Amino acid sequence: MGKSHEVSRRDFVKIMTGVAGTVIGAGITLPAVGYVLDPAIKSGGSGKEDWIDLGPLENYPIGEPTPFNFTRTQINGWEKTFSTNGLFVLRKSDTEVEVLSNVCTHLGCRVAWHEDKGEFICPCHDGVFDEDGNVISGPPPRPLDHLEFKVEDGNLFVLFKEG
Amino acid sequence: MASKIYQWLDERLGFDDLYKSLLDRPEPHGTWWNTLGSATLFLFTMQVLTGIFLLVYYTPSPDHAYDSIQYIMNGVAFGWLIRGIHHWSATLMVLMVFLHMLRVFVTASYKYPRELTWVVGVFLLLTTLGLGLTGYLLPWNQRSYFATTVATEIAGLVPGIGPFITRTMRGGTDLSALTLSRFFAAHVWMLPLTLAGLIGVHLYLIIRHGESDYPTEED
Repeated sequence: MGKSHEVSRRDFVKIMTGVAGTVIGAGITLPAVGYVLDPAIKSGGSGKEDWIDLGPLENYPIGEPTPFNFTRTQINGWEKTFSTNGLFVLRKSDTEVEVLSNVCTHLGCRVAWHEDKGEFICPCHDGVFDEDGNVISGPPPRPLDHLEFKVEDGNLFVLFKEG
Repeated sequence: MASKIYQWLDERLGFDDLYKSLLDRPEPHGTWWNTLGSATLFLFTMQVLTGIFLLVYYTPSPDHAYDSIQYIMNGVAFGWLIRGIHHWSATLMVLMVFLHMLRVFVTASYKYPRELTWVVGVFLLLTTLGLGLTGYLLPWNQRSYFATTVATEIAGLVPGIGPFITRTMRGGTDLSALTLSRFFAAHVWMLPLTLAGLIGVHLYLIIRHGESDYPTEED
């Protein structure tokens, strides 16, 4: 029993080697994990939002969805990216306005307005929406997103949220 | 329980035999000078690991190489650490290889039956220097650009085939995007694979012959 508390020289070296190895290993592994995850953490998902000026409301015809495209710049790492975003402005009457996102709620492709059919159709998986963005057929799980908007001095502004 | 699992695995995988023949083999009484090869191997492992992580952000094109490294240094968490380790381990590795070579020379360990270990070692040295040369261009800054200009110019001094060697290294007559991408390919795949293969042979020979004892007066 008397010897059991003593650590032999060999065991001491073994333990110290293990400890040093663990410290060095953790010292490089933990920063490496942070390094790889960094862009995912920093971008932080959604949150950035901006009012987009769509010009005078009267420019948009009554009764039919009108597409509006705008470009936003973003800096990803060392590169400036230009992303084109689109939406549809639908004026039902002088006062009634709807703004629909053109992003399909299925898997994020862009829908197009088919005037002849009176439908929004997504080219990727044949998702079909009606004028108000409600799903008619296909895989989309929910209607097209309605964007928040305001009219100031006759100009239409849309709240665009990133991510 | 744990020892039962271990025994089950050992019966099938042979850890104990492996341990005995690889790590527990009889060796002459050495000094710290005998650890330089292991130090080099450790540095090589670090280079492979940090190199893999650098590849997550580095872009081997003249448009983006410099910017992507600036991003690694200033934009990414711990990017400075990963690149710092890669940078300094590279320098240390060359130093360790040379010290290792000197030790083997001074203790006459290259003699029979270990001549081939030495010969493989020469190729290991050259491959390591090749990795240093190709890696130096990748940051694509003024220093690396002109260092590579000079190095490929020197290679061109070989009589007869010199200009052809320069063009082969540069992928054309001038330093260009082609130079950067071929140095990149050499740096991340060709040379490391060569080095890993040669290290395998080197280690096999070391385990086969054991380490040499220090020469005595009678030698």
